[in-house]
Amino acid sequence: MAGVHISTTINGDMVEFACPQDETLLNSLRDRVGLTGVKEGCGTGDCGACSVTLDGRLVCSCLVLSAEVNGRNITTVEGMSEEGKLHPLQEKFIEHAALQCGICTPGFLVAAKVLLEDNPKPSEEEIRYALAGNLCRCTGYDKIVRAVQAAGKEMRKKRR
Amino acid sequence: MLRVNIGGSLRTAVEGADAIDLEAETIDELLRSLSLRYPRFEPLLKSGIAVAINGEIYRDNWYVKIPLDAEVFILPRIQGG
Amino acid sequence: MGHDTKFTNQEFKLVGTRPARPDGVDKVTGRARYGADISAPGQLVGLVLRSPYAHAKIKKIDISKAEKLKGVKAVITDADLPDNTKGNRDLLDILENCMARGRALYDGHAVAAVAAIDDQTARKALKLIKVSYEKLPHVTDVDEALKDGAPIIQDFVVDPRTKKNSNLCKLTTLGHGDIDAGFAEADYIVEQSFKTEQTHQGYIEPHACLATLGPDGAGELWVTTQGPFAFRSTCAELLGLDISKLKVTSSEIGGGFGGKTHVWVEPLALALSRKANRPVKMVMSRDEVFRASGPTSSTSIDVKMGVKKDGTITAAHAVLRYHNGAFPGFWGMLGAMTSFACYDIKNIKPVGYDVLVNRPKVAAYRAPSAPMAAFAIESTVDMLAHKIGMKPIDLRIKNAAKEGSRASYGPTYGPIGIGPTLDAAKNHPHMRAKLKKNQGRGMACGFWFNFGGQTCVDLNIGTDGSVNLIVGTVDVGGSRASLSLIAAEELGIAYEQVKTNIGDTASLGHNDMTDGSRGTFSSGMATIFAARNAIEVLKERASKMMDVPLEAIVWENGTAKAIGKGHSNMAPLSLKEIAAAAPKTGGPIAGHKEVVADNAGVSFASHICDVEVDPETGSTRVIRYTVIQDAGKAIHPDYVEGQFQGGAAQGIGWALNEESIYDKNGILQNPGFLDYRIPVCSDLPFIDTQILEIPNPNHPYGVRGVGETSIVPPLAAIGNAVSNAVGVRMSHIPMSPMRILKALDDA
Repeated sequence: MAGVHISTTINGDMVEFACPQDETLLNSLRDRVGLTGVKEGCGTGDCGACSVTLDGRLVCSCLVLSAEVNGRNITTVEGMSEEGKLHPLQEKFIEHAALQCGICTPGFLVAAKVLLEDNPKPSEEEIRYALAGNLCRCTGYDKIVRAVQAAGKEMRKKRR
Repeated sequence: MLRVNIGGSLRTAVEGADAIDLEAETIDELLRSLSLRYPRFEPLLKSGIAVAINGEIYRDNWYVKIPLDAEVFILPRIQGG
Repeated sequence: MGHDTKFTNQEFKLVGTRPARPDGVDKVTGRARYGADISAPGQLVGLVLRSPYAHAKIKKIDISKAEKLKGVKAVITDADLPDNTKGNRDLLDILENCMARGRALYDGHAVAAVAAIDDQTARKALKLIKVSYEKLPHVTDVDEALKDGAPIIQDFVVDPRTKKNSNLCKLTTLGHGDIDAGFAEADYIVEQSFKTEQTHQGYIEPHACLATLGPDGAGELWVTTQGPFAFRSTCAELLGLDISKLKVTSSEIGGGFGGKTHVWVEPLALALSRKANRPVKMVMSRDEVFRASGPTSSTSIDVKMGVKKDGTITAAHAVLRYHNGAFPGFWGMLGAMTSFACYDIKNIKPVGYDVLVNRPKVAAYRAPSAPMAAFAIESTVDMLAHKIGMKPIDLRIKNAAKEGSRASYGPTYGPIGIGPTLDAAKNHPHMRAKLKKNQGRGMACGFWFNFGGQTCVDLNIGTDGSVNLIVGTVDVGGSRASLSLIAAEELGIAYEQVKTNIGDTASLGHNDMTDGSRGTFSSGMATIFAARNAIEVLKERASKMMDVPLEAIVWENGTAKAIGKGHSNMAPLSLKEIAAAAPKTGGPIAGHKEVVADNAGVSFASHICDVEVDPETGSTRVIRYTVIQDAGKAIHPDYVEGQFQGGAAQGIGWALNEESIYDKNGILQNPGFLDYRIPVCSDLPFIDTQILEIPNPNHPYGVRGVGETSIVPPLAAIGNAVSNAVGVRMSHIPMSPMRILKALDDA
């Protein structure tokens, strides 16, 4: 099968790679770019572990072909902390014990960041529906929702 | 003399007995004397058993002393998640 | 008997606090490496060909075309996995479950495997393998499999009663007293049948490994597992290797819940690597995880219980039929053992049936087998309460097991915690909250054994006074934080000074798996003793440095202090100071301990649940949920709560949605998260927790296992809540909208 050459921006860096035409963005990110923080839980868009943003929009990278991302802008969990400092969501996830095994955590963080950027003060219900595309089997979501609430509060404080 | 209670499906290995009286000071002695008396019991030792002494379950500590008049149960060794 | 108990009820400085976990930053930044996150130079991609039939004879496997495909480096079948099991039937079953041997026993059973230079080539190679099957009659339903004339799955299995070839692989009769006399004493008798469907642990990380095995018989396995030592011995035995020549490293584990206590593709990856003489990476797809890895039993349970008007339960009888998949297990036996464990009943008779069907080999799932038995028994207990007009909580309190009660698995209990969880439930504000229309409240109790087992740890003190704790129990839910807390508590230093790592099989002695809720219990116990051993070394060095006899040195608050005549003015030496001098006082300072941590202490929980059922659609929402459980001593309460909440959420999914559906051909219809629906964030409320601390006398800090019991009560708690909401007894889970509507129609 013919390959494609992709030139894209990932977490602010210019990245180039070649891959088969039918390769998913998930596989390219993990196997070609080395961003293994993007996790595969299902490969069918049901679990959200592979969540990334594509031009600011939340997507399951297992449902995007790498051939589609030429010239576009991608962010992953690896791009969340800036200048050596954790993002408030990352801090609050640790502080609130919002992870047990941690495999779903990258996807939750990316999804929660998109939520808080769109809606800085979400209700509990809004948080629960915004994160309904991300599966967690360990926590029962209790501490995840609390961590997102706490991070939202922190971010609003900073913005003031 | 110690009364050793045998649980459930393990009874088939001891000719259906639900309790057996024998002399033993440790779990190891108990298991050895059971194997001597009931050859079909020995393979069970390999696949795994547990011993409850006064309600406390031992799976590995075979040299624990069994108190006089203790309640002893032989149980299958089971698995958790 | 038992362990040092003098520290039970001690005042703790750190234990019981909630510091950040040591692996937190790795896990929120994507740096943590799980099973699929590692690669080796020259690695191949391994894939498995699986049976499309529920039951078939494999007449021929032609791999010649696949082998010739460019880029294919190895193709294996059962011929590459000779039987090294020396008559050990259980081990042979594991081998055959990993790779079919002349017959496919369930949809998804592995038939062959390939290793190729990339995923595309490996996929092409799978298509080139030609398998000739002869379809055989199959059975997937547990009740059907017990009927005369049902297709027989294993020739070596005989019914223990008739001695005839059968699918009944184990029959377990337990109990005490005389149930006939007990039922004769009863004022009311309730009889009810129940069914539960097959569920899956549903860990988000699929099975994954990277295997290297050379012609010298030496190998390495990087794998997502709950037990690297058990994986090492099983893989070594299956492949005929020396145990010490195989090094198994557990990756970060993306959820296990029992499902990662068993080997699946790992022996295949090693066999492919041996054949190709290159590293082989294998990652299961979600479809494969659902079709071929560890489900729970589906069950069919009949319960009969008798009660007097005053609420005394006089007799209890249960027949519990559990499917085992295609290989014999002991899951029905476990169901029978746990069935009436919460109660003090004079006459009981639980009977467990273990039944073979054409489904994947059943694997452990969090308190395996207990949730289904609890569903049946706890539902019946509620029915008894309604019958005599007593509150279900009061009936439970009246009949609760206590010290001196006989357990359904035989022995007499010592001090146990069911009573306190029930009292806490009765007094909980949740019990008094008002319910609205279409809402119902239910409660249920649960029991699990908990295990200890073989454990060893190393505790090394660096010259800067920081401490490296190496444990062999895989961290599935935050145990590194708890173990760091324990080491710091014992040494008298700051939590941040301790870093806990999980050792590989080449760096520590054998450790049993992280199963049976044993991680923090057993490694915690070994850590306490290792730290005490290290303190002895620290004191010895301090005695040299201070020129004071060893007997005059005591360890207090992280310092060596000289006591007695003439020493009162001497400044104490801190751990840091002693560590800095270590190279000149005798070399590295370390503590080590091997233990068999028996007597983990049985565990009980009581759950309360409110649901709202939409009578139009049959859809159910859990609107409030409370977990009350005895933790012995909560080392890191956040992660204890996390276990309570996670277990409850899995139980809620089991009760309302989750079900593996097999069609009439025995083919799994929903091998994905879209149709096998685990609870999502918007399905659940906050899950309230109440930790009780009734110290376990057999652990120096009073710890009990906490991981599993929380999944036991939810099925019944929700069943009782839904039944109360709709006014009809729900006896089949999951209580999907369709089943609820049907129950309403039938009523």
